[in-house]
Amino acid sequence: MRPGWHVATVAATHRETPNAARLDLDVDGWPGNAAGQHLDVRLTAPDGYSATRSYSIASSGPTMRVVLAVDKLPDGEVSPFLVDEVRAGDMLEVHGPLGAFFVWRPGGAGSGSAGSAGAAGSDRVDARPVQLIAGGSGVVPLYAIAQAHADADDPAPFRLLYSARTPDDVYFADELRALAEASAPFRLDLVYSRRTPDGWPAPAGRITREALEAAVIPAADRPLVYVCGSTGFVERVADWLVGLGHDTRSIRTERYGGT
Amino acid sequence: MSFITRGFSGRSRDRDERLPPGQTLVSDFPVLSAGPTPDIDTAEWEFTIRTESGEHRWNWDEFMALDIDDVSTDIHCVTHWSKLGTSWRGVSLDTLFADVETEQEYVMAHSYGGYTTNVPLDELLDGKAWVAFEFDGEPLDPEHGGPARLLVPHLYFWKSAKWVRGLEMMDQDDPGFWEQNGYHLHGDPWKEERYW
Repeated sequence: MRPGWHVATVAATHRETPNAARLDLDVDGWPGNAAGQHLDVRLTAPDGYSATRSYSIASSGPTMRVVLAVDKLPDGEVSPFLVDEVRAGDMLEVHGPLGAFFVWRPGGAGSGSAGSAGAAGSDRVDARPVQLIAGGSGVVPLYAIAQAHADADDPAPFRLLYSARTPDDVYFADELRALAEASAPFRLDLVYSRRTPDGWPAPAGRITREALEAAVIPAADRPLVYVCGSTGFVERVADWLVGLGHDTRSIRTERYGGT
Repeated sequence: MSFITRGFSGRSRDRDERLPPGQTLVSDFPVLSAGPTPDIDTAEWEFTIRTESGEHRWNWDEFMALDIDDVSTDIHCVTHWSKLGTSWRGVSLDTLFADVETEQEYVMAHSYGGYTTNVPLDELLDGKAWVAFEFDGEPLDPEHGGPARLLVPHLYFWKSAKWVRGLEMMDQDDPGFWEQNGYHLHGDPWKEERYW
């Protein structure tokens, strides 16, 4: 499935969190995408100036409906436009689907989405337990993976450890709660860095090594681990995972850069 | 196919001519890695070049005794950011290949942690590539590839393999890690060779 440029029409947009928007796109000719892939969005000004940024895709499967959830970056050039300006009926240029490593596929080989040149042994990863670890907007591709797991009713045990600033900053809050009720085994562990809900058992604060150890599938169970968030978050979490005995080859990371 | 995006004006009209198409200037130094950052002690570090006829090997002290270049260059990441005028110190691949005899024309760079990337040999010689161990006057941070990384600034930065431990000569241009996972075999930012 080769990536290409496509015209996306905005079907709907709404606030995801106080700082983020969800965009439902109808992408003409989109070949479908695997859970965890991303795309590039290109905006062009009247004088020909253009700006391109990469965004993780919150949806997956053989559909031309593509869902993004975009966090507005302070001083950003593209994300404030996507969050505050874009409305239903607008058209955007998108390029994708992109990436064949930070992906998860239910049912293993032959399920068909995205490139065929994945890492050796990836045909079997679906049988393994999967630990997802998200910091902030890094939850977007991990939500796509968790939803694909539920949609396929895949039997692999799944857990998502998700660090959000406050209860208001949780992306896909209703969808994640629904996943916990689905028949595919899934457990959600939320931690809050700035403010917790009332009556929450743990104080707000940056995630600790101890909290991580308590919430993740143990290394002895050989989980495949996906970590996505800011560079600082991913560096910290990945170092702890290695320290806890997780095989470095079983840890897949995606770091959100500065722009 | 490009069309005007309703309501978008963008930030800057002073586009720097040193920026390849689709790139945005950044002042920080974003990190792109597929997995955890490895912890490598220079006492254990070594660098090898393996050819059809044998192996050339340097430990850290031997490496530091080679001719060292100061390099000022622009760098371009496939994820659309560029930095201009970055400063590095490292050993030129011309120096490392001075005594290497090989008929093979392609190189696979191998890293601590298992990362690989492929580059044709003639894109690494004639002052086009280094093994760099300093950035901005400081030892290279582990998250940016320290203790030493390949520096091939005329190609997208995934070709500048972090935590590099050696180069393996090949008869053909086999794909490395990102090249198997959707990125272009060659990766020229001026031609926007991002994805296959």
